[in-house]
Amino acid sequence: MKATSLDDIIAAVSTPPGPGGIAIVRMSGDGCIALAQKVFRGQDITKKESHTITYGHIVDPQTGKDADEVLVTVMRAPKTYTREDVVEINCHGGHQAAGKILSILFGIGARMAEPGEFTKRAFLNGRIDLSQAEAVIDVITAKTDLSREIAVGQLSGHLARRVHEIRDKLLSLMASIEVTIDYPEHDVEEETSEMLLEKIGALFEQTNALLRSANQGRIIREGISAAILGKPNVGKSSLLNALLEEERAIVTDVAGTTRDTVEEFMNIGGVPLKIIDTAGIRETKDTVEKIGVQKARDLAIKAQLVFWVVDASRPLEAEDKAILPLLQKEKTIVLLNKADLPMAVTAADFTGQFDPEQIFSISAKKAQGLEQLGDYIKERFLGGKLSLDHTVMIQNARHQAAVQQAAQHLQKAMQTVRTGMPVDFVSMDLMEAYHQYGLITGESVEDDLIDRIFSEFCLGK
Amino acid sequence: MMPEYVAEKFDVVVIGGGHAGCEAALAAARRGYETILFSVQLDSIAMMPCNPSIGGSSKGHLVREIDALGGEMGKNIDKTYIQTKMLNTGKGSAVYSLRAQADKNRYKEEMKKTLEETEHLVIRQDEVVKILTEGGKTTGVQTRSGAIYPAKAVIIATGTYLKARCLYGETIIHSGPNGMMSADGLSQCLRELGIRLFRFKTGTPARVDGKTIDFSKMQIQHGDEKIVPFSFENRAEDIWREQVPCYLTYTNEQTHEIIRQNLHRSPLFSGVIEGTGPRYCPSIEDKVVRFADKQRHQIFVEPEGESTHEMYIQGMSSSLPEDVQIALYHTVPGLEHCRFTRTAYAIEYDCVDATQLKLSLEFRDVPGLFGAGQFNGSSGYEEAAAQGLIAGINAVQYIRGEEPLILDRSEAYIGVLIDDLVTKGSKEPYRMMTSRAEYRLLLRQDNADERLTPKGYAVGLISEERYQRFLQKMEAVAKEKKRIEETIIAPRAEVLDFLQEHHSSPIKTGTRLSDLLKRPELTYEDLALIDPNRPTLPAEVQEQAAIQIKYEGYIRQQKQQVEQFQKLEKRRLPEDMDYDDVKGLRLEAIQKLKERRPASIGHASRIAGVSPADISVLLIYLEQRKGAK
Repeated sequence: MKATSLDDIIAAVSTPPGPGGIAIVRMSGDGCIALAQKVFRGQDITKKESHTITYGHIVDPQTGKDADEVLVTVMRAPKTYTREDVVEINCHGGHQAAGKILSILFGIGARMAEPGEFTKRAFLNGRIDLSQAEAVIDVITAKTDLSREIAVGQLSGHLARRVHEIRDKLLSLMASIEVTIDYPEHDVEEETSEMLLEKIGALFEQTNALLRSANQGRIIREGISAAILGKPNVGKSSLLNALLEEERAIVTDVAGTTRDTVEEFMNIGGVPLKIIDTAGIRETKDTVEKIGVQKARDLAIKAQLVFWVVDASRPLEAEDKAILPLLQKEKTIVLLNKADLPMAVTAADFTGQFDPEQIFSISAKKAQGLEQLGDYIKERFLGGKLSLDHTVMIQNARHQAAVQQAAQHLQKAMQTVRTGMPVDFVSMDLMEAYHQYGLITGESVEDDLIDRIFSEFCLGK
Repeated sequence: MMPEYVAEKFDVVVIGGGHAGCEAALAAARRGYETILFSVQLDSIAMMPCNPSIGGSSKGHLVREIDALGGEMGKNIDKTYIQTKMLNTGKGSAVYSLRAQADKNRYKEEMKKTLEETEHLVIRQDEVVKILTEGGKTTGVQTRSGAIYPAKAVIIATGTYLKARCLYGETIIHSGPNGMMSADGLSQCLRELGIRLFRFKTGTPARVDGKTIDFSKMQIQHGDEKIVPFSFENRAEDIWREQVPCYLTYTNEQTHEIIRQNLHRSPLFSGVIEGTGPRYCPSIEDKVVRFADKQRHQIFVEPEGESTHEMYIQGMSSSLPEDVQIALYHTVPGLEHCRFTRTAYAIEYDCVDATQLKLSLEFRDVPGLFGAGQFNGSSGYEEAAAQGLIAGINAVQYIRGEEPLILDRSEAYIGVLIDDLVTKGSKEPYRMMTSRAEYRLLLRQDNADERLTPKGYAVGLISEERYQRFLQKMEAVAKEKKRIEETIIAPRAEVLDFLQEHHSSPIKTGTRLSDLLKRPELTYEDLALIDPNRPTLPAEVQEQAAIQIKYEGYIRQQKQQVEQFQKLEKRRLPEDMDYDDVKGLRLEAIQKLKERRPASIGHASRIAGVSPADISVLLIYLEQRKGAK
């Protein structure tokens, strides 16, 4: 774990990159108000009340010239995002002004905030709980709108609420068992095996539902690895380009943190696709010859989804048919490209090999048919049920592990009931399930938990 | 000014002769330290002012643990019980709970005799009014008569006596429990030492003349035929006796109606009582108000002893006026014509905010001063005795300049009890419950000796002879376990018959005896039929071997949890830790941590007001500190 001191004053541009009316430079840490005052020309902001805005100019101490005309918001601890003193400098949009101000602040003692560091401080200072902090990181790294929406849902505590609900039920079930143990002679109704099985079973079901959502969440978060295969000149690179035209939803609080991985990700129907070996498609017009059949086979195996692109304006050739044995039916989507031209190949040509619903007529060049393709992918990977409940989906691997553990303990508790073991043994696993759920919202603490989280914070860019 | 004079000098002074004081004094004296125990009334030594029983769910565990460490409570109840019962036998052995009805008079007589016969121990009737300190350290006590007793360590075990007042209805009596004199001097002195006090409340039901009860209208409740002693040193056959029954009856709608009509006369509801009462031990008026839909409440009628006709009416504790009490008792089947011998009352008393104590039960800011028992905010004889024992042991450790004996939550119910009191703090009288123990499958009443006798031996409370017997038992258990694990049972005809008889699935090939024992439907006793080579062993050895095998999987699971728990317990926080220096801690957490100075991260994590985020900050700080060195 990288040891970054909480003593530092950190600063970053907190508005998304790209053109806009204003940009905001945010600074957090004790003494940041006084620090800002050093380069601020206007009324003394160190004397301003919390949550007030002051007009003035940021002055470059090197040259003595105004860097920009700004509005400075002073927010004093603890009622701030990080629970530390926070200064937000609203300057002119675009990155020139913001970048200049940032470098002035660095010059007088602030340091660049690491990705997610404002959130990290908010967590460390106790303002937000674990699942909320993680959600912020997810928002920062979210690869699609849907992913971000889920992260935002989690941020406002949807997941936490669902977990609280389940924990609450668990708690009352445990209490109903415990009371008979602590008050053995009192005439409280004992839970029968049937009652226990029913109640634990219901909790197990809810837990499984969360787990199923976790799988979807993982897809949304990590993306599906996809390969584009096809003989030369069928339009693979135009397909790639067409798909990449899709809007990318990337949010960050630091400029320039979105450099890598972008190219590999695309968003189809809200499902992020991670295209394997895009370089291979771009560098050469004739992939199969260049990378060889072996490589194509590797790709076909490695990918979770394979787009097989065929030039539909011309009859199938031997080279097309050479790829066919490499494909697994379940994960293949057949794209009859160049459908804007008269079609020489149709879905009927693949009868027996592929089902009609996995064959699409598209025109990569004219961006036709991509929407239907998107719907299909969404339906297939997210089960179509997503929109109902996606704000309580589990996206985070640590959460998933905890829910999985909880599910196992609930299952074990049922097993214990079925084998006729006494109720206090049932309690054991219920308590453990309760504890596991608590890990999600950070209500129980475990030694290695924190390390894990913070390794995620650093990784999570 | 009263005339002062210096009386005798002691190593340890114990203030109070209740269940905590007795254990504390015995522990210190038995370790060879000159000890004096003060009681406002020597006849109240080991008095049981409330229920006439020892043990019960989780409290029975405490008594077994006290015994395993070398304390007295278990031995004393074994001498004076009049009925005994193992509760929860329908559940797992971890929650089996032993409970005995005591002959109250004999219980206190026997305990007093034990104190009197213990070397290095003096008992003295007087009220301690002052803790003496020098440079902040405890140096002795002063009594009401002006006598100064210099001492190296002082243990406060004043129970419910501090500034006590008893209430029923409009009647308020300034006395300790059971009409005993209260102790009014000490509270002021404690405040002057900077110690925060709470005001707690508890209560007791009426006592009734058994000659006026119609027992034929009640269900009779017998003790167990099979007697299990509390003390690991006693054998069942040596303490066998005829037992005395208890009785069960119920309240009814009429009872509840009388209560509802007279609620305005209860000091609890009229606001006369300021103290905080326990939720788990509510008065009958509390129960009727809070559980309004309940048609009836159980009433257990228990003898106070063999030499008296007085009966204890469990479940009918009340602070209603006397005339209302009598009227409502008379609505209960069997009690229609009962005559009160003692009126039910609520009692209020000063106790300490136990978060000012260390896990050793020493006051953090007054070296050499210890607190134990109900004074620390607990309730119950057993909880008191457990703390008394630990305070007595640690007073001596303090004098010797040695590490205190601290039991953690995975080692003993005593550890859970003290950690809860000291770390979490309690806003009401604290009662032990099995559900407070996270690792109760390991903290069984049957294995208290395995867990604690080596520790009792280490502090000199377990004799060499007893320790050797203990080691032999452990060896015998290990040997029998090994035998069960290595014995293969062939699918012979009689084995298959046996299995069928016990509704257990048949075996097809040779099967380990241990695997059969793990089947819930088969017990060690059952399996004797198909286990011809079973050696003759003491029952407690068989029991241990059987439990350890039968629940092996669950025990393993719990041990893994303990490992997790201990990881955090072992992350020590330095005593001189400067929490102001830790950036990122919330203000409330800084205050709490500075005040409590927790011993470990685990300890810190249980302090109310310290959030998981604070704990991560501490972990990070420790990492950085480690890195800096």
